Amino acid sequence: MAYSDKVIDHYENPRNVGSLPKDDANVGTGLVGAPECGDVMKLQVKVNPETGVIDDAKFKTFGCGSAIASSSLATEWLKGKTVDQALAIKNTDIVAELALPPVKIHCSVLAEDAIKAAIADYKKKQDEKTGTVQPAAQPTA
Amino acid sequence: MKLPIYMDYHATTPVDPRVVDAMLPYFTQHFGNPASRNHSFGWEAEEAVETARKQVADLIGANVKEIIFTSGATEANNLAIKGAAEMYREKGNHIITCVTEHKAVIDTCKKLEKLGARVTYLAVQKDGRISLDELQAAITDKTILITIMAANNEIGVLQPIAEIGAIAKAKGILFHTDAVQAVGKVPFDVTQNKVDLVSLSGHKFYGPKGVGALYVRRRNPRVLLAEQISGGGHERGMRSGTLNVPGIVGLGAAAALAKAEMATESARLSAMRDRLNKKLHDNLDEIYINGSMEHRLPHNLNISFAYVEGESLLMGINDVAVSSGSACTSASLEPSYVLKALGAGDDLAHSSIRFGLGRWTSDEEVDYVVEKLTSVVRRLREMSPLYEMVKEGVDLSKMQWVTH
Repeated sequence: MAYSDKVIDHYENPRNVGSLPKDDANVGTGLVGAPECGDVMKLQVKVNPETGVIDDAKFKTFGCGSAIASSSLATEWLKGKTVDQALAIKNTDIVAELALPPVKIHCSVLAEDAIKAAIADYKKKQDEKTGTVQPAAQPTA
Repeated sequence: MKLPIYMDYHATTPVDPRVVDAMLPYFTQHFGNPASRNHSFGWEAEEAVETARKQVADLIGANVKEIIFTSGATEANNLAIKGAAEMYREKGNHIITCVTEHKAVIDTCKKLEKLGARVTYLAVQKDGRISLDELQAAITDKTILITIMAANNEIGVLQPIAEIGAIAKAKGILFHTDAVQAVGKVPFDVTQNKVDLVSLSGHKFYGPKGVGALYVRRRNPRVLLAEQISGGGHERGMRSGTLNVPGIVGLGAAAALAKAEMATESARLSAMRDRLNKKLHDNLDEIYINGSMEHRLPHNLNISFAYVEGESLLMGINDVAVSSGSACTSASLEPSYVLKALGAGDDLAHSSIRFGLGRWTSDEEVDYVVEKLTSVVRRLREMSPLYEMVKEGVDLSKMQWVTH
């Protein structure tokens, strides 16, 4: 299978690999996928609660080159975006940027799921902190 | 050392230059049709085919009359299984095979099921071998054929062929084995193994692609097969079509070389394979061998590198040609059914690499592959959420994963 140059670049030089303290109230963690499916993504965002802007984003991915590239690209895009802007990122944007072939589209879907799960986790923590009871999204894993 | 390194000898092998030399005159000089009985061009071609037939027969302890040339092992498997099912359908309609067979056997059996046959797919044990008790228990008075491979193409595990042969013989059931990965690599004798039908392929042991053979026992019992390709009645009426003379000459030459060099070559390759295995184990934790090490081809190694995904591993060693059981490397997006059958879990199937060493593999290449793989596995584990979780003491099997 031939990979696009951008996939290879993200695979060889992944951006923002690592972990943020998951117990920090300003950190949201999304863990999506399953080992038996061959891909698991952990994506974390650190949000400034004053501004709602994502200051930092990190990922770790078990998966093929396209899954690694999708999550690496997602962290790049997340930094500097507000939470609402982050939720607007679509898997099709990732497909287009990385020129993913049809069999790899699920990697981009997983990355979008990971973003949504991380932000849902952040919002839930914030709600718990402020005591607001909202029908918040459940953490995915 | 030249890059890229080829370490995928189970997929195919290069043609040995000595085999090419043997073949060349049969393209242009001795181009006759062996079926031409009335001139020297035909006689020359026929003589070359009969020499090759003897060379192939000698490799597996058969009689020359028991070798039917085919286009390869897929055709040989089709002829053996469909041909026997059709020929012996009055006697019964039950076939026994196993879940880790090559698709050429599995899909042939599935086709026969659609036509009314009943097929039992035996499971394998953790080591990749079938249970002889389960085989015994699966036999009915309608069983006409047992088809179990000699050596598996992914994990290199050798099935207990002689024991299966003894069971089949005692019950009067035909026994076919797809011996594509075993023939020319490990000793294989049709009498010792009590087999009735054996498929083999040229390009798996340094012969050309597009040529193979089916051994069909002629005595005790005399096996008959309904032909699947009809025509001029070539190959004792079992496989019509003008013979591929250069290919057959190549198959014969490859068989003669394999017979002459098997002992030294398999000793060299198993030492090299063990070196590869030891060095990988020295360098990395949590790597798991798939299938029996005791009953295994000398040149095969299949290892799962836990917490890293196979395709991303292959991407990191892109100057080394190996295969992975990862779903991402297959068209079906399913991980290897062979590895799944071992029961180790799909996650380990996704993390597997198959190494196939061969005639031109060197120690230097093995060492290069070890170094490269070690650094890529370490790098990918640093990037793996699973590895991180395990190091934090999380039991992955108890996690609620969101499957997709």
